[in-house]
Amino acid sequence: MSTIEAGLRYAETHEWARLESDGTVSVGITDHAQEALGDVVYIELPALNSTLTAAQPVGVVESVKAASDIHAPLSGTVIAVNEGLTEAPEGVNTHPYQSWFYRIQPSNPDELQQLLDADGYKAIC
Amino acid sequence: MGLRTPMYDMHLALGAKMVDFNGWDMPLHFGSQVDEHHHVRNECGVFDISHMSIFDIQGEQAQAFLQYVLSNDVALLAAIGHAQHSTLLNEQGGVIDDLMVFRMATGYRIICNAVTRERVHAWLAQHATAFACSVTWRNDLSIFSIQGPLARERLAAILSSTRTALVQKLEHHQGAADGEWFISCTGYTGEDGIEITLPASQAIDFINELVGAGISPIGIGARDTLRLEAGFNLYGFDMNEQISPLVAGMNNVISWEPSSRNFIGRRALQAQLDAGLNEKLVGLVLEERGVLRAGQPVRIDNNTSGVITSGSFSPTLGKAIALARVPMGTGERAEVEIRHKWFPVRVVKPRFVRNGKILI
Repeated sequence: MSTIEAGLRYAETHEWARLESDGTVSVGITDHAQEALGDVVYIELPALNSTLTAAQPVGVVESVKAASDIHAPLSGTVIAVNEGLTEAPEGVNTHPYQSWFYRIQPSNPDELQQLLDADGYKAIC
Repeated sequence: MGLRTPMYDMHLALGAKMVDFNGWDMPLHFGSQVDEHHHVRNECGVFDISHMSIFDIQGEQAQAFLQYVLSNDVALLAAIGHAQHSTLLNEQGGVIDDLMVFRMATGYRIICNAVTRERVHAWLAQHATAFACSVTWRNDLSIFSIQGPLARERLAAILSSTRTALVQKLEHHQGAADGEWFISCTGYTGEDGIEITLPASQAIDFINELVGAGISPIGIGARDTLRLEAGFNLYGFDMNEQISPLVAGMNNVISWEPSSRNFIGRRALQAQLDAGLNEKLVGLVLEERGVLRAGQPVRIDNNTSGVITSGSFSPTLGKAIALARVPMGTGERAEVEIRHKWFPVRVVKPRFVRNGKILI
């Protein structure tokens, strides 16, 4: 069984979003997503300072098996990307909720509340 | 629900993630495809390959029949148990299937791919009517392939002394019967290994013993990356009924001698040779991060002119590799299109890893 962390918000496309204390939001993919993908070997992240729109594809995660788009769970500007993860993408498999892909400054923080909570996400997994 | 080998419940109990593989419910992996890949390269593991089809060809014209339908010459099998890689070709020289053919105590045995089973069965049955021979589909048998440098050593710990002796002496492309078992050494991973064909009724007990002896189950995911690194073609990707074995790097499965042997497809292949081949199968290595996949276009000198037939991430090399069909004149560099961007790739011989060693 895959793990779903209680304090996070989730997109139906299997990304998680964590509100940080400074108001920025970290984004990664869920345990369910990494389990479905299998061994992750390549990650393509959005560019630093790029503007993202909620639900749009913003990057790619590839396992040995297949390539899969990652979608922005909410709109905003990319303020940090996790370069360490592109160097060691297997971290997505071992620690999906520590393996953040990028951080954004949300342009519309209300979008966070429109995402699923842990129970809502559990229902679609 | 798909077709299931006798090991289906066992695979689930061992934690398999099951997928559909050409109509069969097969284990993709048992946790990590990459770990399983390394395990076969460094130690050994067992593949359930019971989804592959076995056909026994018997009768006084079994040899003549196979000399007619197969591209390789079964008369070259010098002793009972010996095996060769071969193809069934259509009249146009396209590959209906690639297969292993064994010389048995009586007649011959063919082991072919799961995806082609109905087509192969129909083809064999159709052409066998002109010969005094029978074609028997052996659904009563299971096959385990134990692959990796420690395969023979680990098997020795659980097999009888006579079977251990067989396992230790078999050379590549040899096999031998022992009671109801047939033990062979052909492989599809680029490592040493042994296949054991046995009655399906004994399969569960035997895989329990294998796992108990520290031979881990390996899924079809790792089987694909292992064969890709070894440079072995996969039917339906690197060759098919529209692709000639001559442009799929399979010259070694065609016996041109004796010239009097008129096998199906020979005339078409000869015509291709006479006209000159304009494509070949090569290996590609992506030096940047990313993953090569089947179907991605390959271009040489800014002309889109080739295609990746199989591609993946190579766990042994730590980078993406592929097999590709490209124009004959392709040199050492090419480019591959991944998501609308062109990436430079190195063109190499289509053989990346053998016996644990990187060859490129």
